[in-house]
Amino acid sequence: MTPRTRFSDLSRRDPERLLHLEPADLPPLPLDTTAPSRPFPVTRPIADTVAYALDDTRALALPNPKTREEEDELVRAFLSGMEKLFSRENNWTFLQPLVLSMEHCARCQTCSEACHIFESSGHAELYRPTFRSEIFRRLYFEYVKGGGLVSAWQHGSVDLDWPLVARLAELAYRCNLCRRCAQTCPMGVDNGLIAHEIRKVFSQEMGIAPGELHAAGSMLQLKAGSSTGMIPAAVKDNVQFIDEEMTEKTGTTIETPWDVEGADILLIHNAGEILAWPENPGAFGVILNAAGVSWTMSSEIAGYDAVNYGLWYDDAQMARVALLHVQAARKLKVKKIVVGECGHAHKALLVTADRLLAGDMRITRESFLTVLRDIVMSGRLKFDPDRNDFPVTLHDPCNMVRLMGIVEPQREILRRVCPRFREMHPHGVDNYCCGGGSGFAIMSGSGFRDWRSQVSGRKKLQQILDAFSDCLDPSIHKYVCAPCSNCKGQIRDMLAYHDLWKRHGILYGGLVELVVNAMEDVDPGFIEWEWR
Amino acid sequence: MTILVYAVIAICALVFACATIERAVKYARHPIHLRWELYPVPHEGAGRVAAMVPEILFLEGLWAFNRRLWLRSFPFHFGLYLIASAGVGLLVMAGVARLAGLDWLGAPVGQAAAWIVAATGSLGLVLALFGAVALLHRRATEPALRAYTTAGDVFNLVFFAAALGTLGAGYVTRPEGSPGALSIVIGLLSWDHSVRVPALLAAGLMSTAALVAYVPLTHMSHFIGKYFTYHAVRWDDAPLGRDPKMSAALAEYLTYRPTWAAAHIRAKGSPTWGEVVTTNPTDEGRR
Repeated sequence: MTPRTRFSDLSRRDPERLLHLEPADLPPLPLDTTAPSRPFPVTRPIADTVAYALDDTRALALPNPKTREEEDELVRAFLSGMEKLFSRENNWTFLQPLVLSMEHCARCQTCSEACHIFESSGHAELYRPTFRSEIFRRLYFEYVKGGGLVSAWQHGSVDLDWPLVARLAELAYRCNLCRRCAQTCPMGVDNGLIAHEIRKVFSQEMGIAPGELHAAGSMLQLKAGSSTGMIPAAVKDNVQFIDEEMTEKTGTTIETPWDVEGADILLIHNAGEILAWPENPGAFGVILNAAGVSWTMSSEIAGYDAVNYGLWYDDAQMARVALLHVQAARKLKVKKIVVGECGHAHKALLVTADRLLAGDMRITRESFLTVLRDIVMSGRLKFDPDRNDFPVTLHDPCNMVRLMGIVEPQREILRRVCPRFREMHPHGVDNYCCGGGSGFAIMSGSGFRDWRSQVSGRKKLQQILDAFSDCLDPSIHKYVCAPCSNCKGQIRDMLAYHDLWKRHGILYGGLVELVVNAMEDVDPGFIEWEWR
Repeated sequence: MTILVYAVIAICALVFACATIERAVKYARHPIHLRWELYPVPHEGAGRVAAMVPEILFLEGLWAFNRRLWLRSFPFHFGLYLIASAGVGLLVMAGVARLAGLDWLGAPVGQAAAWIVAATGSLGLVLALFGAVALLHRRATEPALRAYTTAGDVFNLVFFAAALGTLGAGYVTRPEGSPGALSIVIGLLSWDHSVRVPALLAAGLMSTAALVAYVPLTHMSHFIGKYFTYHAVRWDDAPLGRDPKMSAALAEYLTYRPTWAAAHIRAKGSPTWGEVVTTNPTDEGRR
């Protein structure tokens, strides 16, 4: 590992990255040592493609100023954004929690050990949750609060220039926003929020955000209706195909209702499920039809894709997408919106956007977890838990547990249908992020997949292996239940990266698949034990 | 000297009150933010009290997540609580003495109260002094803390140690027959010039008063900030709709005119937040 990073290093003008990790730097995993993990990083040094590299990967396509004047212009834009971030008119959305986090950190580092990225990097200083916060805090006191000698003496200072700004932008994307650190802070300071707010400065003022989240994410969703690019006709075609597959697979007729006015439930999936894991929306259809639920899907713009990437980097984009979701529900006059297996979509629509939805935009919004729990526990469906007679562990999506408090419904379901369910430790509100949170799961370029498979997801991988430590033999099929599309994608990528399906027989999937797999009234074998 | 001590204490108490109120009002006047709670969220009053008491009194979170720091921070904070309690006790006793007469202090109840206050204050001084020195030592020796420690952080802890140390030394070494803490407080309340405060004790009193005034001017004002980080952020899961004041406030915020410069937010004219979030930037692009 490169030596401990200092604040002043962010202003370095040499092309060498500030942090380089070797496999030996990372905490060991309880893996079969006869088949070692892939080396890290596997991509060429990022310094070849970035002027002021941060570490072994890259999340952003930053401007490449040619002159000091151009650099100064970018720094001015950053400062302008910072000032707006602390103004009531521009950032009423998060001003209070942000100022509290700026002004009350005791720099005691209690939060550090709660951070899975810091721990999994072998305690690389650059990834300490207070590192980026402290830089931003010093800039806040110097440039927003007026600065001066007394301020510098009291709060410290950093040299503000383009290399620092560029690296700070990247550093904002080395945090999963899981807020586990905030949970441990004795003062209630929230480093996750600070990373979120730094992202907002770059997006809302400078138009800088990861392409996967913005151009190919929220903007595409606002334009086409889905961040997958699926237009309404395409999504209906795809779901029809899924219905046919599910009908054949389960022996029960599945027909997804579209645009049914007055239905009890508007179900909105993460549309990525429809393309990547069709058995998930298919399983929803099986369950809702068998339970006799009045439900529908919507073919309105964004009404069929629950994702809301703005939650991670841009308040305006978050609000725009949330409003489209509600408008789709209003048009159909449904009683409530139910969000499918997508953690950040839960958080965005049910919680973060809540105070934006006033007047006739106010509509009941509910997690699929409570709806599914009620169905499973109601006795309307008959189960044969022996069909799920294999080890199952549960990954808790941060957005659902720590950030929403939904902890028990998923466990009630699993205890009902999975006789060999076992917890990861810690779990519930104390869980660890999968490493794909805040958009990382859909970011792969420039070594990012390596980084999240080796660093940000390492703690979760260790938890999964620990949960199955008594049955790691690959002949024993095991199931990681991840009831969130992004978490599932991250876990899929990690299992593939470390070849854990072949090496240890570990498969992954959602929660509804386990429910359907245990339903007596459908053909057995809904879960197919093959890698996908 | 006595008047100077009284004046410094009074001015510092005033600064403390004003700075505390100013900071609390500043946070309270911030706009209602979007929900950003952290679970578990205790809802009922009893649940909140059950969460707050061990956190405030015993630093429960630090015990759970940073035991090494707790060993230093808990004595420091608990010591401050005891000193503050002793201070309140002295004020109460002085108040009672003014109302009931000084003879009350010689009665068994008065003597017992004096002993309890003295013991509380003394224990508090010892604990807080130990904690301040231990925290300073940790900041100086722990690499993870040292890199984040500013000159101001060092000054703050040195200030605590010096002020409390001087106060303790002044109290212990005061000449026989010189006024004790209660006499000084009674003298302060009646602005009695005749009380002769020994020099070292006077220095301790004035430096401690300055410390009290200084705390709410810094990030050490956790007793203010923490109230808001818990009640207004971590535990604030109130939905829109139940509170008409919140609805009115949110409606007002949507009339604010943001000046964010990115192309996908900036629109022609000077749109309000309400207009920004109901504008599809891709529609704008097509036009």
